[in-house]
Amino acid sequence: MKLTLKVWRQEGPDTKGKMVTYPLDGVDGDMSFLEMMDILNENLINKGEVPVEFDHDCREGICGSCNMMINGEPHGPAKMITTCQLHMRKFNDGDTITIEPWRAKAFPVIKDLIVDRSAFDRIQQAGGYISVNTSGNTQDANSIPIEKEKADEAFYAATCIGCGACVAACKNASAMLFTSAKISQYALLPQGEIEATDRVQAMVRQMDEEGFGNCTNTGACMVECPKGIKLENIARMNREYLKAETIA
Amino acid sequence: MAVLESKVPVGPIAEKWTTHKNTINLVNPANKRNIDVIVVGTGLAGSSAAATLGELGYNVKTFCYNDSPRRAHSIAAQGGINAAKNYQGDGDSNYRLFYDTVKGGDYRSREANVYRLAEVSSNIIDQCVAQGVPFAREYGGLLDNRSFGGVLVSRTFYAAGQTGQQLLLGAYSALNRQINRGKVVPFNRHEMLDLVVVDGKARGIIARNLVTGEIERHGAHAVVIASGGYGNVFFLSTNAMGSNVMAAWRTHRRGAYFANPCFTQIHPTCIPVSGEHQSKLTLMSESLRNDGRIWVPKKKEDAEAVRAGKLKGVNIPEEDRDYYLERRYPAFGNLVPRDVASRAAKERCDEGYGVNKTGQAVYLDFSAAFLRYGKVEALTSGNKDASEEEMIKLGKEVIRKKYGNLFDMYQNIADDNPYEVPMKIFPAVHYTMGGLWVDYNLQTTVPGCFAAGEANFSDHGANRLGASALMQGLADGYFVLPYTIGDYLADEIRTGEISTDTREFEEAEKSTRERIEKLMSGSGTHSVDYYHKKLGLIMWNKCGMSRNAEDLQKAMDEIAELRADFWKNVRVPGSADTKNQELEKAGRVADFLELGELFAKDALTRNESCGGHFREEYQTPEGEALRDDENFAFVSAWEYNENPRDARLHKEQLEFENIEVKTRSYK
Repeated sequence: MKLTLKVWRQEGPDTKGKMVTYPLDGVDGDMSFLEMMDILNENLINKGEVPVEFDHDCREGICGSCNMMINGEPHGPAKMITTCQLHMRKFNDGDTITIEPWRAKAFPVIKDLIVDRSAFDRIQQAGGYISVNTSGNTQDANSIPIEKEKADEAFYAATCIGCGACVAACKNASAMLFTSAKISQYALLPQGEIEATDRVQAMVRQMDEEGFGNCTNTGACMVECPKGIKLENIARMNREYLKAETIA
Repeated sequence: MAVLESKVPVGPIAEKWTTHKNTINLVNPANKRNIDVIVVGTGLAGSSAAATLGELGYNVKTFCYNDSPRRAHSIAAQGGINAAKNYQGDGDSNYRLFYDTVKGGDYRSREANVYRLAEVSSNIIDQCVAQGVPFAREYGGLLDNRSFGGVLVSRTFYAAGQTGQQLLLGAYSALNRQINRGKVVPFNRHEMLDLVVVDGKARGIIARNLVTGEIERHGAHAVVIASGGYGNVFFLSTNAMGSNVMAAWRTHRRGAYFANPCFTQIHPTCIPVSGEHQSKLTLMSESLRNDGRIWVPKKKEDAEAVRAGKLKGVNIPEEDRDYYLERRYPAFGNLVPRDVASRAAKERCDEGYGVNKTGQAVYLDFSAAFLRYGKVEALTSGNKDASEEEMIKLGKEVIRKKYGNLFDMYQNIADDNPYEVPMKIFPAVHYTMGGLWVDYNLQTTVPGCFAAGEANFSDHGANRLGASALMQGLADGYFVLPYTIGDYLADEIRTGEISTDTREFEEAEKSTRERIEKLMSGSGTHSVDYYHKKLGLIMWNKCGMSRNAEDLQKAMDEIAELRADFWKNVRVPGSADTKNQELEKAGRVADFLELGELFAKDALTRNESCGGHFREEYQTPEGEALRDDENFAFVSAWEYNENPRDARLHKEQLEFENIEVKTRSYK
């Protein structure tokens, strides 16, 4: 396949970025999107140019590192997968592909396609955990039976990979799908219930402080989420938040 | 020269850990506030260790090269975590988990460490459940279990095919709690470039801020290396692209012995290589072998027709299929350990029975499971007269619930529907059992420097059974290291803050800068990947699933030559004072080019076959591994001596007092 790539290049957080066009030949359908980018970079290095920086690591769709806006869609055109799992067979010979970083005020660009997503960590640190000592002096695991449906639902919420596609897809750059997934996981489990009030308040407060926007129920986040995290989580977060505020 | 003293406590094996905990030194809570600990790497072992050390009251700094600890490669583990809970009542016990692990490791691990691992395994599950890790459950609300290769009981706890993810996120949440409390300070997008040793003790690290390029000094009373394994020395592996050996290797260069570098686990069920562009390999969980049957055609002409695209696997009749694992190993069948399953696949492919274009693949077939589950499903739903077609349909739904995400992933990568045609799989490099040598306290031969998880050599011996890496990472981090490090730190309460304005820090920073400048200054012609791929091919062809003396010697020479060429002709674009991924890679590949040679040397020294180390010269007439317990029941611990080929071998003799050393048989 012969492709034309339009790639966002930006040297650093304080420099102005621009789109640069690169023609690329010899792309095979079995390549992943990132392997295609590897070839682009190999060509650039061989020409003495600086390669395109992009975040990636596991290349099997689970670490949540890769984050590219491909033709205006986070993780590209295929649904329920990350950029690293997107294969070039989804594109046609002669295509022009636009590649940009996540766009959100709370995700400042570090270089080229790499953005700073540490705001997500800070939301988690505000209370996205169960306050139990890591001493091993906990009760036997089977002494806390959990309904299978609830455990499964908590698991589905917990499968969020924190890639930030939800934020990038949202016209308000809202982090509510991400935050609500964490809140749901713990709200559904008996172990997490005790702190539910504090947790939802602290995490929502942090989310707002980081500069993420609000949810206006467009649902683009769910459509673009590579792990299929559901909008119901946002509803649950709102319920938990309302409950917490009422009690407080 | 450091002494290899294992520090294994005396007394009966089941009491060693308790005795040890009761007798080692403790640090008073008030004094813990004055002690700093650095943790390098924030995967399962690092995050759990840092969280627990922070909770105990130490001041902890964590370092990881990713933007967040949540992205550590532990997140990609699929299948599960073992624990001797015996919830299923199928006869499991600490002893049996201990026994299976020592046997699975082909009697090349330290008994006392493995027993401790089995002993704390149950605690891990309790701890994780208390932290809200959503393990799979049965309808009664209790935890579910499944079975993994190399064992005869169901002791594996899991969360669909994403167990590593859930366990890592659990440890990450514990870490976040300590960050919120101010006890842990995270340094993400940072890389450790050197260990600083003062008066023989580890006193800190030199790190590079990967965003700004700044070189930083960090002092501490102890350093924990939890930086994972070095499978990426093969270039193609199931490891994350960024996984590297740098922290461990630089520690080795500063005096820590490197143990058993040649012990590598090749995982039998990976998606086969599709072409030269391939950057990494993707694993299909071992849990699939619970329900999938592995086979190749019985007739060579069928295999040839399949490879030529003239025949499809599904059209080969039952009687013409060779279920070679069930044939060779009737007791364990498809659930033999990974090294055995991998070699058996290679053997069939080498004989010409491979089933993809390159001849490097075997089938993993679920059709029997579709029917088996479908039958039960039809009967329990009252449909007594279901046709075979209906049953298969029902069975597919059962499989979809169990492994749906894995099937989707396979289809996405291989462009083949595994519900309709059997999957194709082939072995790939997965986990490295070798690593920094540690004693029972997980301390390396450099006092004050500890190693945990895959970064150390302990517990797995020459082979790792499934679902045991997650167990070791969390055991080390939550329950072992936080105790044992106290024994060392108890002598440090009067030390005071570690100054980084010393000659040793200065020297370490200077040599780090020089190394970076050397990499940047080259006006070379080849990219870093060019060298990494070349090294990978040497490793796979000559130090891979099977090895022989002649090839290993050649590998050593070729790697030395490649290394020299790298330093002369590598091209690293950009600058050193900004984000520069090529520079990051260059530093790591430079280390792989040293480790690779030591790897080959270690394999050359070990004149026997055991676990993941198969020397062609040492095999039984049936092609099984031929161990030599008389001469090789030792851990090889290598002392750094400039050039890898001049590394000095030290041996820790392994004693087996609680398990009779037998030929490992899965027949």
